[in-house]
Amino acid sequence: MDAEQTRAVLATMWRIRAFEERVGQLKRADEVHGLIHLSIGQEGVAAAVCGQLRTDDAVYSGHRAHGHALAKGAPMTRALAELMGRRDGLCRGMGGSMHLVDVEHGFLGATGVVGGNIPLALGTALALHAAGRDAVAVVFFGDGAVQAGLFAESVNLAALWRLPVLLVCENNGFAEFSPRSAHTPVERVRDVVAPYGLVGGTVDGNDVDAVWAAVAGLLPAVRAGEGPALLECLTHRLRGHYEGDPDRYREAVSSAEWRERDPIARLQRAATGDGRLDPDELPGFERTARDQVERAVLAARESPFPDAALAASLAYRR
Amino acid sequence: MTGPTTSTTYARAIGSALATAMRADPSVVVLGEDVSVGGPFTVTTGLAEEFGVGRVLDTPISEAAICGVAIGAAQSGLRPVLEIMYVDFLTLALDQLVNQAAKARFMSGGQLGVPMVLRTQGGAGQRGAAQHSQSLESWLCHVPGLKVVMPSRAVDAAGLLASAIADPDPVVVVENKILYPRREQVPEVVEPVPIGVAATLRPGRDVTVLAMSRMVSESLAAADRLAAEGIEVEVVDPRTLVPLDLPAVLDSVRRTHHLVVAHEAVVHGGFGAEIAATVHKAAFDDLDAPVERIGAPFQPIPLSPGLEDAYLPDAASVVAAVRRVLGR
Ligand SMILES: Cc1ncc(C[n+]2csc(CCOP(=O)(O)OP(=O)(O)O)c2C)c(N)n1
Ligand SMILES: [Mg+2]
Repeated sequence: MDAEQTRAVLATMWRIRAFEERVGQLKRADEVHGLIHLSIGQEGVAAAVCGQLRTDDAVYSGHRAHGHALAKGAPMTRALAELMGRRDGLCRGMGGSMHLVDVEHGFLGATGVVGGNIPLALGTALALHAAGRDAVAVVFFGDGAVQAGLFAESVNLAALWRLPVLLVCENNGFAEFSPRSAHTPVERVRDVVAPYGLVGGTVDGNDVDAVWAAVAGLLPAVRAGEGPALLECLTHRLRGHYEGDPDRYREAVSSAEWRERDPIARLQRAATGDGRLDPDELPGFERTARDQVERAVLAARESPFPDAALAASLAYRR
Repeated sequence: MTGPTTSTTYARAIGSALATAMRADPSVVVLGEDVSVGGPFTVTTGLAEEFGVGRVLDTPISEAAICGVAIGAAQSGLRPVLEIMYVDFLTLALDQLVNQAAKARFMSGGQLGVPMVLRTQGGAGQRGAAQHSQSLESWLCHVPGLKVVMPSRAVDAAGLLASAIADPDPVVVVENKILYPRREQVPEVVEPVPIGVAATLRPGRDVTVLAMSRMVSESLAAADRLAAEGIEVEVVDPRTLVPLDLPAVLDSVRRTHHLVVAHEAVVHGGFGAEIAATVHKAAFDDLDAPVERIGAPFQPIPLSPGLEDAYLPDAASVVAAVRRVLGR
């Protein structure tokens, strides 16, 4: 990443971090609703992948989706309003955290069903290809989704049809309350897909420069229609599975060590170390992001709640 | 309730029933996602400690495969109790359940049997939005070969589970997430509740409310309110949807001449439709009014709190339906 790219990615990461920390507080205050899964500690993947996508590239995600939506360009106020169930939310208050969608910015959506959006990304890739466009589809999912039948079926189909889709696995080593080793003897997702000939590989997902470089290496071929790729990003969620999770099952994981590997801190260290960024400009990223979040909170609170007539009108096109 | 009682929750009662069954029969095994640590609703907490991870098996997020595994294990000597964390994800396991488990005995001319239990939970009320709040039991009731139970109280959740585990055929137990933490008195020794037997939870002469799962307590609250106006509501909980205790329903309706069926699932195509059609045919001359049905509107479940609250049928919906059916 050059200095400009680094600034943009760092700004995105701080936006996600500040947004989600605030969302955690708002959850405890009962201002945002439902199951809230934060991606704090994993922001580097969203920022480095989406930072290289165009608006007409499509992104799908799963239940831990705030970062992907924001990084793809979803406006923060509307994302927050959605979590609050407000009428000006991205989905008019109908969907909430696990169902964020922002078609305008190419975020075709989150889902609460683990693995559920992987085949949809293939479908979007098929449609983009059929339309003769060089846009790509990207789908983010966790390591837990890899054991879903849909994953295997989708990988096969993507490879068979050489679809322009980038599969991004955020391997945080846990699915809900159990480690990857309780789910599969195959430690690396890259090894699961190896027989299908997908290009890609495994990177340290908390090393944002590495994620950026990997995506930069993969994207042109996917875009050129040379077939799908899978990027496995090893990362760690610094929060529980969902907000309110007592997080007792991860005692074995040294949180101090992972804090040390916090992708934001690491990128800041790396970029100031090699002179890409000036140490003086660092505080500005956080401050700007936190100010933006506070403005978003105030604005989202102004939005009224949707009424029942709106809900009744949305299941079918009228 | 006779005999000594103890205070517990719906979730704890289910966990205790599992432990009791596992103590009594070494072929009973529990499997599901994160069951060894209790799952998100703590129902299976403590089982792995007591019975070991050989009998309390954590599974990957592979609903279709784990359902098939449970079926195969049941065909081959185990008594698996499979947990599907949310009924919303039962969709992923339905092929195995519907095309394999439900038909194995029939298609094999009686050679195979599938003594498995599939526990799952549904219902809205926790801002879970459209994919974590559904009530899908009517799909299951449509499939010959499955039994479907839907307990509303801790004592029934435990007692029906005991019977389900002992049953020679596949039984789906549809629990409810709002009920899990509810505190109730239950007998110290919970007896099995037979599958296919309804319970009259409140006698009354004017109208029968046949209520399922979370709607039972709502209906009891509605009955209290209506009693203040001199309307005597009989609240009947079918407890089992398939096979339905039709004699109990008809007996009540023949006395009250009015029936309201209350479930949380959308009214459209809900199990209430089956009950209403059956009662209309069997007791047409005893009814003073068409059967009323209560349930959710025909739309996915919204996140927004006010909308979700409005979406959910509650005691007020029961009161209104009783008034409609009585013409008052
Ligand atoms: C089909 C399905 N099964 C189970 C669940 C419950 N559930 C929600 S998140 C989750 C774990 C997902 O783990 P992973 O894919 O690694 O994502 P992470 O939470 O680690 O980001 C589970 C089991 C679900 N939402 N969907
Ligand atoms: Mg994970």
